Amino acid sequence: MKELDGTEYVSFYESGKKGFIGWITSTDHKRIGLLYFYSLTAFFLTAVMLGLVMRLELLTPEGNLVEPQTYNGIFTLHGVMMIFLFVIPGIPAVFGNIAMPIMIGAKDVAFPRLNLMSWYMYVAGAFIALSTLVVGELPDTGWTFYAPYSVEMGNNVILAALAAFILGFSSILTGLNFLTTIHRLRAPGMKWFDMPLFAWALYATGWIQLLATPVVGITLLMLVAEKALGVGLFDPALGGDPVLYQHLFWIYSHPAVYIMVLPGMGVVSEIIPVFAKRKIFGYKAIAYSSLAIAFVGYFVWGHHMYTSGMSGPARVIFSVLTFLVAIPSAIKVFNWLATLYKGSIDLGAPLLYTLGFIFLFLIGGLTGLVNGALAADIHLHDTYFVVGHFHYVMFGGTGYAFFAAMHYWFPKITGRVYSQSAAKTAFWVQFVGFNMLYFPMLILGMMGMPRRYYSYLPEFEFWNQVSTLGSWVMVAGLLAMFGILARAWNHGERVGRNPWGGLTLEWTVESPPTLFNFAKIPVVSHGPYDYDKIDMTQPEEARA
Amino acid sequence: MAQAAELHLTEAHAEHDEHRDDIGSKLGMWFFLFTEILLFGGLFIVYSVYRFKHAEAFATASAELDVFIGTINTLVLITSSMTVAMSISAIQRKKPRLAINLLWFTIFCAGVFMFNKYFEWGHKFDHGIYPGSSIFPGGSTAREAWQVTPSEVFAPAEGMFFVLYYLMTGLHGLHVIIGSIFIIVIIAKIKRGTQSHDNFAQHENAGLYWHLVDLIWIYLFPLMYLI
Repeated sequence: MKELDGTEYVSFYESGKKGFIGWITSTDHKRIGLLYFYSLTAFFLTAVMLGLVMRLELLTPEGNLVEPQTYNGIFTLHGVMMIFLFVIPGIPAVFGNIAMPIMIGAKDVAFPRLNLMSWYMYVAGAFIALSTLVVGELPDTGWTFYAPYSVEMGNNVILAALAAFILGFSSILTGLNFLTTIHRLRAPGMKWFDMPLFAWALYATGWIQLLATPVVGITLLMLVAEKALGVGLFDPALGGDPVLYQHLFWIYSHPAVYIMVLPGMGVVSEIIPVFAKRKIFGYKAIAYSSLAIAFVGYFVWGHHMYTSGMSGPARVIFSVLTFLVAIPSAIKVFNWLATLYKGSIDLGAPLLYTLGFIFLFLIGGLTGLVNGALAADIHLHDTYFVVGHFHYVMFGGTGYAFFAAMHYWFPKITGRVYSQSAAKTAFWVQFVGFNMLYFPMLILGMMGMPRRYYSYLPEFEFWNQVSTLGSWVMVAGLLAMFGILARAWNHGERVGRNPWGGLTLEWTVESPPTLFNFAKIPVVSHGPYDYDKIDMTQPEEARA
Repeated sequence: MAQAAELHLTEAHAEHDEHRDDIGSKLGMWFFLFTEILLFGGLFIVYSVYRFKHAEAFATASAELDVFIGTINTLVLITSSMTVAMSISAIQRKKPRLAINLLWFTIFCAGVFMFNKYFEWGHKFDHGIYPGSSIFPGGSTAREAWQVTPSEVFAPAEGMFFVLYYLMTGLHGLHVIIGSIFIIVIIAKIKRGTQSHDNFAQHENAGLYWHLVDLIWIYLFPLMYLI
């Protein structure tokens, strides 16, 4: 590989073994990150296709495309794949792996072999989850596997639950690895509050992965034991308590929402200062609010269960805590906006996706508060409002942050850059399609359309058709985005080390980096966002 | 001056290159133990909830367990934890032979523990206390049998106790096996010299894991056998 000035060097693509076997046996964090990227993208696109089929079925009120049972199977698989194979591993597994060790000045993660094992577990879990497509009947419980329905039905819940268990442990081991890496491998001179905010976000996420995921793991094992042995842990017919299952499930699965969104917030905190060339506003507030979200996020799980038969006081407490967790999220949003204020903004594709994140996440967050309010939730529970809300948060939040990260670190990973105008066009197509697809769901929910049905009453037809039309626009935008990036991967314009003018450490090394990232471990002398102290008009060497 | 400090820092960092970060390796183990505790935590929560709901049935069912064997097993495990700790002290004092013997004694204790557990479980299976048997609540055939002759079957809550007993002691037993394998690997490493008086982080990690196995049993014993 050659740098822009013609210097020859050996990038991580060229170091180590070549070919498929060389890649799947490599413990290099960048290769593992790319392995995750390829597999995640494949599963994401598969799950998108399943979503398209659902929307196509809902084009007309009558059920005329797929059988009702197939529809139930499709939305379950769509949920399981999107949640466990894309959104949860998502940003940490791909961009945490590729960028975080370089950002803190390390040569690799703390446990490189464990890192590779996490990917193997991810792939194993994915194959088990997908095997439900060909072995027996599709599970039809939704991704939550609620008892007693999941216990009493004879289909493939065992396989799907085992897949989720294995994927959970893959996620735990990634979290463990990142926590140890951040504790032990920061470059000399980098104190905790000199860390890039993306590392902070991954640190908070690591703790949630470590402390919440095993709970759902054991719960799913109990479910498997209950089904396999025919005993009654959650089945009320045998003296079990199905509400207890819901509690245990959401003790993990609500904090999991923050596993999904915190790394995305970290990405946003990186991109905004770089594209506004302005020091991040409220660094400590953003760092602490990550920890606050991780902490408070543990105690809000009950808001999924307002209608499940909890006591009144419990519901009120969970509702109050739910409102509390919105505060640290809002702190972040205000800090990001304050960073943009009076910055010299370069509206590149990464920033555009970031602004898309803020806009969509805002809608997702605010509709979340509507769901978190007791009285409103009784009306909206299990309607399309909930579906609209979590797609705004999961896709508009995490998904857009994932795309922003993809555009932001693309030059670092490939050494090339895509066409800005093409990338921005793809963004706008996607963004318009996104809102056409999901905003009608909020309206339909208000009108009272229940979720998870393959047909609906005629009065819901108009907004459903808008939504289905939106799904086509959005998928066109998605495909355009991936197509543009795939083309630029081989044919894009070659760039140097620091195309965006970032101050974090990954922009000081070659694009693409060498096997050990740094020829010499850097000594950190300035903060990650010190645009106020550094004259960006000077060439890199003259700045220090 | 600044250059000297820089040099010093780079040297400190060079430790990581040879993948020898003892503190990091122990930190990773502690993180893993947190996960393990929460894994068992889910079962402990379910146990607490159902014990609260069906206190009497749990007490009746718990009377079926043999407190004597349980006590022996508790003593055996605590002793094994002690010998693991002693083996770490031994390796630090450059006595690898002693360390290996102490670890073998730990494995022996684990064997005694599993032997007792095998007979405990087997004994219950002989009496038909297992999911799917004719007197156990649950399962399609048993469910019908239960409806026909309710007096001969356990109450559902008693069945619940035994399901939790099997799940919790079963998962714990699995950890005993994994911990034993971990310790055997360490024995092999001491023999090969890859774990020694100045390099014993993995040995300590095996010890930490074994203490966790012990600790969980210390909670399981009173919950299952005593109260």
